[in-house]
Amino acid sequence: MIEREVLVRSDAGVHARPAMMFVREAMKYPCEVFIIKDNVEANGKSIMSVLGLAITSGSRLIVRARGENEESAVAKLVSLIENDFKN
Amino acid sequence: MHAKKIFVRDLRDDDSKIDLQMELVAGKDGLGKEITVGDINRPGLGLAGFFDFFAYDRIQIFGLGETAFMRRLSAEQKREVFEKFFSFEVLCCVFTHNEHPDEMFVEFANRYRVPTFVTRHRTTRFISLLTHVVEEFFSPLVVMHGTLVDVFGVGVLLMGKSGVGKSETALELIERGHRLVADDMVEVRKIDESLLMGNGSEIIRHHMEIRGLGIINVRDIFGIRSIRNRKRIEMVVLLEEWAEGREYDRLGIDEKRYTILDLDVPFITVPVRPGRNIPIIIETAALNQRLKKMGVFSARELDGRIQNWMRMEGERSND
Repeated sequence: MIEREVLVRSDAGVHARPAMMFVREAMKYPCEVFIIKDNVEANGKSIMSVLGLAITSGSRLIVRARGENEESAVAKLVSLIENDFKN
Repeated sequence: MHAKKIFVRDLRDDDSKIDLQMELVAGKDGLGKEITVGDINRPGLGLAGFFDFFAYDRIQIFGLGETAFMRRLSAEQKREVFEKFFSFEVLCCVFTHNEHPDEMFVEFANRYRVPTFVTRHRTTRFISLLTHVVEEFFSPLVVMHGTLVDVFGVGVLLMGKSGVGKSETALELIERGHRLVADDMVEVRKIDESLLMGNGSEIIRHHMEIRGLGIINVRDIFGIRSIRNRKRIEMVVLLEEWAEGREYDRLGIDEKRYTILDLDVPFITVPVRPGRNIPIIIETAALNQRLKKMGVFSARELDGRIQNWMRMEGERSND
């Protein structure tokens, strides 16, 4: 299992479109992907789950992956968040 | 298992079945304070000037006694008591019996950012309701990645890998008149040693993502009868892709259990493959579960009947 902490800086937070970008990226990896905010864990491959976290600008998240390719998944997803969901 | 942070505003905004009937009258700026202990305190002793052991970090309840006492104080005495009272980091105050605090109290509460509420409930009644609500806030919580549907009154938690068809199954169940509680992310609380309660995240409540359609609002499309906010979890159904060679339960004589927060819930695995009508299997499973709860166990009864019949046949052939 690999995990990394990341700070959300994009002003609008993680609304529908950024959530979709995240999930779309997560789906490319075979491992399980989770986002954790305030101890609540969401399935990183489900849009509703990610939206349900209500991630606002300034939220601290943990991106966690378990399974095949976990390292590259976490690296890629963290950089997606750090780059304000611009690919 | 983990605890979620609880804030003073949650007392007012909680939309579970208990209505504390709390109206905010002062200290709005303090609504974001965190509640760390679920206990209450009657501040009578403090008002009388005794502040040793003052449990300021609890919810302060002002009943008829406290309000009557404060009315008897002169403005000067009152100011002195309030100076002392609010010098502690008081969490929040609730006045029962619809007794409103006086202007001076309101002024102090606003200045020290102490949320102050008025409730119509009697003190004892309010305390018992509050205890119930707060206990629920502090109950063990886990987030399950599944879909919770009320099927014929049985809370069924659908689990399975993403893409196996949980949401589609739930959609079809809704279409058949059952009710959605939460899709994809279910907050499960252990309310007491025999009860698991599930609800959805407030912000995405009653929305679903259906591949090919995108995000839909179940309440808007199917109406109020298609949803509910929370439901006791009475059964876990794991949807699994049909694997050749895997053994599936053919009798249902042995009950399997799924453990959530140390509580065992009846559990079945339903293999999924194209053309198999999953919703009707789940409806039947829910009804069967209700039967079992009433003491009727179909698989065991049939087995008993067969064994009886065989014994009688055996006796007859011995005659």
